[in-house]
Amino acid sequence: MAQRQTSETDGAVILEAQRITHLYQGRGEQGRRGHAPVVLEEVSLQIRAGELVALLGPSGSGKSTLLRILAGLIRPTQGEVRVHGQPLRGPTPSCALVFQSFALFPWLTVLQNVELGLEALGLPRLQRLKRALAIIDMIGLDGFEEAYPKELSGGMRQRVGFARALAVEPELLLLDEPFSALDVLTAANLRRELLQLWYQAKIPTRAMLLVTHNIDEAVSMADRLLILGADPGHLRAEVQGLPRGQREPHSPAYTHLVDLLYRLMTSPDEDGAALLAAEEPAFVQRGQPRPTRPYQTLPHVAPADMIGLLELVQARGGRADLAELGRELQLELDELLPLVDAADLLQLACPEEGDLVLTAVGRLLAEADVQEEKRLFRQQALARIALLRRIAEDLAAAPGHRVDEERYLERLREHFSEGEAEAQLQTIIDWGRYAEIFTYQEEAGVFALETDEETEEQPTEAAGDTWRRNIR
Amino acid sequence: MARMLQVLPQQRGSRHGLSGSAVYRWLWLRDLILGGSFLFLLCALLVLAASRWAAPLTPVVAISLSPLALPLYAGYSLLRMLLAYGLALLFTLLYGHVAATNRQAERVLIPLLDLLQSIPILSFLPAVVLALVAAFPQSNIGLELASILLIFTSQAWNMTFSFYHSVLTLPRDLVDVCRLLRLRPWQRFLKLELAASIIGLVWNSMMSWAGGWFFLMASEQFSLGNRSFQLPGLGSYLQLAANRGDPRALTLGLLTLIGLIVFLDTCLWRPLVAWAERFKLEEQAETTPPHSLVLDLLRASPALHWLRQHLGTPLWEALAQLLTRLQPPEGRPTLTSGLERAHHERSRSWLQRGGTILILGWLGLLAIGICWQGGQLLLHVPPATWGRLVLAAGATWLRTLAALAIGTLWTIPVGVAIGLSPRWSRRLQPLVQIVASIPATALFPVLLVLLMALPGSLSLAAILLMLLGTQWYVLFNVIAGAMAIPRDLLEAAALFGVTGWRRWRTVILPAIFPYLVTGLITASGGAWNASIVSELVQFHGETLRTFGLGAEIAAAAGAGNYPVLLAGTLLMAALVVLLNRLVWRRLYHLAERRYRLA
Repeated sequence: MAQRQTSETDGAVILEAQRITHLYQGRGEQGRRGHAPVVLEEVSLQIRAGELVALLGPSGSGKSTLLRILAGLIRPTQGEVRVHGQPLRGPTPSCALVFQSFALFPWLTVLQNVELGLEALGLPRLQRLKRALAIIDMIGLDGFEEAYPKELSGGMRQRVGFARALAVEPELLLLDEPFSALDVLTAANLRRELLQLWYQAKIPTRAMLLVTHNIDEAVSMADRLLILGADPGHLRAEVQGLPRGQREPHSPAYTHLVDLLYRLMTSPDEDGAALLAAEEPAFVQRGQPRPTRPYQTLPHVAPADMIGLLELVQARGGRADLAELGRELQLELDELLPLVDAADLLQLACPEEGDLVLTAVGRLLAEADVQEEKRLFRQQALARIALLRRIAEDLAAAPGHRVDEERYLERLREHFSEGEAEAQLQTIIDWGRYAEIFTYQEEAGVFALETDEETEEQPTEAAGDTWRRNIR
Repeated sequence: MARMLQVLPQQRGSRHGLSGSAVYRWLWLRDLILGGSFLFLLCALLVLAASRWAAPLTPVVAISLSPLALPLYAGYSLLRMLLAYGLALLFTLLYGHVAATNRQAERVLIPLLDLLQSIPILSFLPAVVLALVAAFPQSNIGLELASILLIFTSQAWNMTFSFYHSVLTLPRDLVDVCRLLRLRPWQRFLKLELAASIIGLVWNSMMSWAGGWFFLMASEQFSLGNRSFQLPGLGSYLQLAANRGDPRALTLGLLTLIGLIVFLDTCLWRPLVAWAERFKLEEQAETTPPHSLVLDLLRASPALHWLRQHLGTPLWEALAQLLTRLQPPEGRPTLTSGLERAHHERSRSWLQRGGTILILGWLGLLAIGICWQGGQLLLHVPPATWGRLVLAAGATWLRTLAALAIGTLWTIPVGVAIGLSPRWSRRLQPLVQIVASIPATALFPVLLVLLMALPGSLSLAAILLMLLGTQWYVLFNVIAGAMAIPRDLLEAAALFGVTGWRRWRTVILPAIFPYLVTGLITASGGAWNASIVSELVQFHGETLRTFGLGAEIAAAAGAGNYPVLLAGTLLMAALVVLLNRLVWRRLYHLAERRYRLA
């Protein structure tokens, strides 16, 4: 078998995305508002034969949407995807997708799941069977043909997912976080086997695009890395991957690249290309400066989790390497980044050259007892989060010290999609409750001040109000 | 599974100490005898039914109360139920698929379904019978079809709703897989839409059959103005036995009906439920998956396996190839230039739009026509009658409330007791299911003898009759709710000394509340529907009736008084829809939000 020679490929362009811009469009939401939230802005990329490209980005950068656009499942609002120069108009047989959730049909056996795509091609039964069995054998599922997915472990299920995608012999394999639902050991095992098949050219696939949260995974697998930024999703930078020989963990080049990527990811407001150019001119290809943030976006983290991280950093002398922290806590980027982002937003810590460094307030908070912790958190939250400050002010002024959530939700909807607006409000509620800035009554959807003398003056009215709302 | 089929007979053989091949031969013999007698009975029934269908129209067939006539009557009724169910299934798949996949159609179809669901079965009677008997004036076909359609109206709607909801809530990833692999529409329908909704469909089919049995008497014997119709069947038999006051015939008829229901339960529904287990979407396995002896027998049958291998698979393969050829993949690369393609797309979209407009216009005209005719009819209803109808609706509403209240009061303690004790729930659940599936209408005649002696006569008796028809929905749901209470919660309550009324108030009642509401919603709809057969009853050759909307509708249908029938039907449908919107849906949302144990 021919070995795939090097990672430097100048193969033909298989897939090309040109200036993809996508606006969020919920079900039945067309034309309801003038400006739908922007998910992706002006993303262009190319995938060439022989390469494995990783797509890295924080949550909210539209990675999944981009992948679905490339697969032909979603039609972008603007821009075009071309496969071999032909515009893409819906799913094509030359792209296959492996899902994070496996997406197996629970009522079909392993064999039937793998055969599914071949049936759609209209192949006769014997040919179908032959091809499916060959791929099942190759992917290490031999003996499980008649099993149902629920009888399999997560790793075996994802093997079925790979077998199903490979059975139709796609040119381009799209991988949507295929290893992130697996435990660490299983993921490593499956990753290695996939790479073996790929290096030895045992599968007809000519290129792969891997969406991931895991920096180590990206560095150890990819020939090229695309870094997406969030709000709205845009291409921040493009980094050349390591040559195959240098992808051993703990090798200097490997550690260096991982650190670089952490630094890049933890400084979302900096110009990615500029940062990289200063640091490592050889790696950088191109990138876009980040568009200005339209509205303050809160990372969805629980305050207690963030404070936990601060305490950990404090225990190491107020400064810790993010790559190490991530590995040690087994947090992937989509879990670690929001925590860092939150600490940064509240000015409790700031990322510096791939490290997380506590600020003075951050150090105080990490050492404080529960009450003091809450006081400091409240102080920072009120100083830094515009919406929390607004709610606190409104509550102080409002009659009865009660405000309807709808007012703020309406505001958020102008900047976010329906689901994200609600998620933002939920985070505001979590933070506000933790900081004891207000209480929130879920069923009525009302913010109220913490009970003190003022509200106790009219308890009957407040109670009556609640009651009325409850039966509404 | 194929492997298991081959292995199983031999395993059994070794256990009994016989040689494998002898047992295998015996199994073949058993299969042939069982299968052969089943086919023989089926063919005999079909031949008899066909000869009756083709015979000249006889509106009223003389029913014999002889026990010897019972098997044939039971066969006729079963065949009608089966045909009606087949029709309902077909309707469900078509209607549900279109409603769930076509956004424009959905806007019309779903409210229409909501309305159809709230129309009582007897209101369909005139239209169905008159049209079909007029269409086949020479033979019994029209009459039989009318009966089948009446049963259909008591079976179809809940199945359609269930299927529609399943298709609407398909997991997004699986839908994406279908698109990515470019499954043909028939493959997608079969492998995704149908497969994902099978469990819901099976359970709703069981409910539909219960509904069909409930209205069996009403759909085999009815009168319309001065014409009366009677078809040979179990329902007519029971009705005649009740009218004559013949206890022996009544008992025999009831036993036959119960036997038939139990037979269907063991030989059809239980195997289906056990088989449908594999279509569960959640991946975690249930502690005790449903199990069926009949299904095990079928799975181990060598004859069926042989048939499947030599007949089923090749036939299916050929059919699949044909379907695949009929539905070519979309977006096959064609050698048209971009401009041409754009032109092509535009003309096709115009064609589609034109077709939609045409269909909508036609439907609109039809709707206007129906409204016009209906309006004309309604003009004949004097204001005094309207007043009476509204009062009657009030009376029936009070009766449904009373029935629901009594049902709730006794089912909560009993259901919770059963549900909380694993031993009792295992023992009692099959029994309760059988008891619940006996149609209350068949018991009416027996009960009436007792109830007429009580004060209040039919006015109160009607409540009990409604109760009989609807309490089971509540009981089932309460049992399910009690079984779903997490052990941790009960143990925590016990640890903190929460007992007695406090335990009910803080643990049990909130936990079963969502289930209770679900049960009550179904029961409420059922109670309204049951009012038409419980407020006006034929008994001992006389007609007993009480004041209520159900009685008004039944009487109007019987007398051929179409204006009043239409007015009553509209009133009932409006009330049911309104109650659903204003009361039940809100309660349901409250239950979902606050009391759902995730």
